[in-house]
Amino acid sequence: MATRTVSLTVNGKPVSAEVEDRTLLIHFLREHLNITGPHVGCDTSHCGACTVDLDGRSVKSCTLFAVQADGGEVLTIEGMAAPDGTLHALQEGFSAMHGLQCGFCTPGMITRAYRLLKENPNPTDEEIRFGISGNLCRCTGYQNIVKAIRYAADKLNSPTLQEAAE
Amino acid sequence: MTDTTLPREEREATLKGVGCARRRTEDARFIQGKGNYVDDVKLPGMLFGDFVRSPYAHARVKSIDASAAKALPGVKAVLTAADLKPLGLHYMPTLAGDVQAVLADEKVLYQNQEVAFVVAEDRYVAADAVELITVEYEELPVLVDPFKAMDERAPLLRDDIKDKMDGSHGKRRHHNHIFTWEVGDKAGTDDVFAKAAVTIKELISYQRVHPSPLETCSCVASMDKIRGELTVWGTFQAPHVIRTVASILSGIPEHKVRIIAPDIGGGFGNKVGAYPGYICAVVASIVLGVPVKWVEDRMENLSTTSFARDYHMTCELAATNEGKLLGLRAHVLADHGAFDACADPTKYPAGFFSICTGSYDIPVAHLTVDGVYTNKAPGGVAYRCSFRVTEAAYMIERAMDILAQKLGMDPADLRMKNFIQPEQFPYRSALGWEYDSGNYPAALTKAMEAVGYRALREEQARNREAFARGETRELMGIGVAFFTEIVGAGPTKNCDILGIGMFDSAEIRVHPTGAVIARMGTKSQGQGHETTYAQIIATELGIDADLITVEEGDTSTAPYGLGTYGSRSTPVAGAATAVAARKIRAKAQMIAAHLLEVADNDLEWDVDRFRVKGLPEKFKTMKEIAWAAYNVPPPNMEPGLEATSYYDPPNMTYPFGAYICVMDIDVDTGSSKVRRFYALDDCGTRINPMIIEGQVHGGLTEGFGIAMGQEIAYDPLGNVMGASFLDFFLPTAVETPVWETDWTVTPSPHHPIGAKGVGESPNVGSVPCFSNAVNDAFAPFGIGHIQMPHDAWRVWKAAEKAGLHG
Repeated sequence: MATRTVSLTVNGKPVSAEVEDRTLLIHFLREHLNITGPHVGCDTSHCGACTVDLDGRSVKSCTLFAVQADGGEVLTIEGMAAPDGTLHALQEGFSAMHGLQCGFCTPGMITRAYRLLKENPNPTDEEIRFGISGNLCRCTGYQNIVKAIRYAADKLNSPTLQEAAE
Repeated sequence: MTDTTLPREEREATLKGVGCARRRTEDARFIQGKGNYVDDVKLPGMLFGDFVRSPYAHARVKSIDASAAKALPGVKAVLTAADLKPLGLHYMPTLAGDVQAVLADEKVLYQNQEVAFVVAEDRYVAADAVELITVEYEELPVLVDPFKAMDERAPLLRDDIKDKMDGSHGKRRHHNHIFTWEVGDKAGTDDVFAKAAVTIKELISYQRVHPSPLETCSCVASMDKIRGELTVWGTFQAPHVIRTVASILSGIPEHKVRIIAPDIGGGFGNKVGAYPGYICAVVASIVLGVPVKWVEDRMENLSTTSFARDYHMTCELAATNEGKLLGLRAHVLADHGAFDACADPTKYPAGFFSICTGSYDIPVAHLTVDGVYTNKAPGGVAYRCSFRVTEAAYMIERAMDILAQKLGMDPADLRMKNFIQPEQFPYRSALGWEYDSGNYPAALTKAMEAVGYRALREEQARNREAFARGETRELMGIGVAFFTEIVGAGPTKNCDILGIGMFDSAEIRVHPTGAVIARMGTKSQGQGHETTYAQIIATELGIDADLITVEEGDTSTAPYGLGTYGSRSTPVAGAATAVAARKIRAKAQMIAAHLLEVADNDLEWDVDRFRVKGLPEKFKTMKEIAWAAYNVPPPNMEPGLEATSYYDPPNMTYPFGAYICVMDIDVDTGSSKVRRFYALDDCGTRINPMIIEGQVHGGLTEGFGIAMGQEIAYDPLGNVMGASFLDFFLPTAVETPVWETDWTVTPSPHHPIGAKGVGESPNVGSVPCFSNAVNDAFAPFGIGHIQMPHDAWRVWKAAEKAGLHG
């Protein structure tokens, strides 16, 4: 089977590895790099458990070859907290609002919500629901996930917190 | 050190015990991508297994040629039934007393059935090898329709048991018959129906669906041949039972088998049973001497491991002209697929379906259930319900609406008229259950007031007039459902799994500093056990919940328990937790008495301490007592502070609830919009209101999916048509309604802290509520009962049948 070297940045760190052409990005992350936050839930790009951020877009890493991410910047749930361990507002919000139960969809859901809030920093509840509609959750019924994203949006939009961050 | 000057309420609050909406301790790892699910387990030298599956629903396997696969670099082994036969492992026992083929033995009986198991260096090579295996089949006539299963000329499905007419639940009267289960008073019921002023009869079907947790089933089997020890990490809702079964099947002594259920990505009943993948991974690891991982893909999950429902229920009710119920008569045709892999307590082949008299005082009832084989995937699991309770609730709640319509009564009024009254508890139902507690009229009244029920009916009357005048093309439907569950299986006198009584367990150790570790026989799949069990212990022992670690899922450390399903964790293991904690408190009282130099009964418990009666300034806190237990225990007392409880519940618990749904249906497109959904649940004592609300939201969303679109359908050739998330409806955030939740509290009188369990109630109660709303919208048009699922196409067809398309 043909192989190729891919080099990319994952959560701020450069990585380089020899992979088969057909290796999916999700398997490259999980099995080559031991980044096991993103999960495989459906194989057909419906569930979004494998969602990661690639070059500023949400992608379903089960439907992308690792070689397609060559030269790119990937962000996963593992890269969401600050280097000092401070949780991202979304991580805090998911816990505070009980936006998770089994936790299997959570990494993809938070990673998707991260990009959603970059695209639309102050979404309505309806926009949040549409924005996460590519990510399935079987446990929560979404209502508390919407609250968690709202919590994070409010926190990220708060001027005092923004100043503190700068 | 607790500030001794703090008032009682403040000390209670610091514990974060029962009643506290405490944030979950589990969350920290999940929100940082540090959960540890089965597919995250990686062992040195680990291989991957994958299945060759049947494209046919019914066929003879004429030959299997694996030579090309075996020649592929990286392929380590290919297993077929011929390899398993000498080990006696080509069939495995099911929980229902049947056997199931691990790998197809001469015949395949449903599409995607396991035919061969490939083991290779990685999952890609395994998938390549699967493609290289050639299987020659001879097609056989396919049986899909359960109503034709017992026809005289119906094809014989189970060659392996064709001569075995003594089934696990009595005589089989046809080669495709599994069991007949009969409960109740036939003569008495027939008599009532013969004389009743009003009767209804309806075939109410509950379609085949699937629990589809987001994580599929998977395992890693690792045989250490030097130590003779087998370790299996797996998605197991009941790890201890899996260990016992693994030991019996493999012949490896039970103490040499270790089952570890790590974090589980949702279960909903899908992960109770044992599947061929587990057996094949274990056999492969034993044969090859290295760890073997097997992970189901989604199509395999939806089409092979454990469907739910597929019950076809003919329900009759008899009543007076005034709407007083006189009797219930029901027959169920249960489609179990190719093998009876139903997950029920041994003595209950149709689970607790006999709870089908519901919340009503029905004097007499009679029920028969016939289970049959078809060319479909095996199963019949309790998908977020306690053993066929959701089917029972669906049947009685639809039947009540049908009766109300015939009588010209409001469905809420009919329910109110027939409720078991608060003073009738404990209530013995016509089909033999003893309901522990309830206040149904109060719950329904509260629900009706909360939504403004009478005003909604007035609005609906105006909507119907406007519709008749052609001013709107939308119909308003109001769904009312009142359900009573039976959960917390169960008393060992009548509940067992493979002969093991359905008790559960807790082991609690208080360390010298007053911190605690507790281990349980159950296994959370997202329910938040690490948080809620700690709250029970916090309240019982006066120790801050943040100082309590809860562990489950490792059979080497946790006490034996029957696992988490059927809403049994709180009713059974939660009870064990309270009982074990009380044993510790009893010992703590003796230690405190010794330290304070008073008699045991001179002391009284006060939140987090024992104090001398009448002398509140003389006390010992639990923290002080814990230290003393390891330092200066009383003479003749063993040091240490720990206890274990194996709790055999005296009865089931009976949570209940009142749900109301308002729906607007566009008769031209068939699309429906849930305008409002109100769910009142009474689960007895509420341990963590935040988690309860989360459980209710999730269950309602599952119920919404089931009622409004889910179906695992088969075409006449037995091709499964709902085997991916493209075809099988899972609601996204966009379709999912906004939920309103509410509660009443009627504690269980027999549970140590009065809790009843809640996780499954919303699935049980919401499905009839949605369906009643759809049926209610079409009630004026006389088209009879509309079957689920109520997707846009079927709703449009109902409108067409009602002549609403001009």
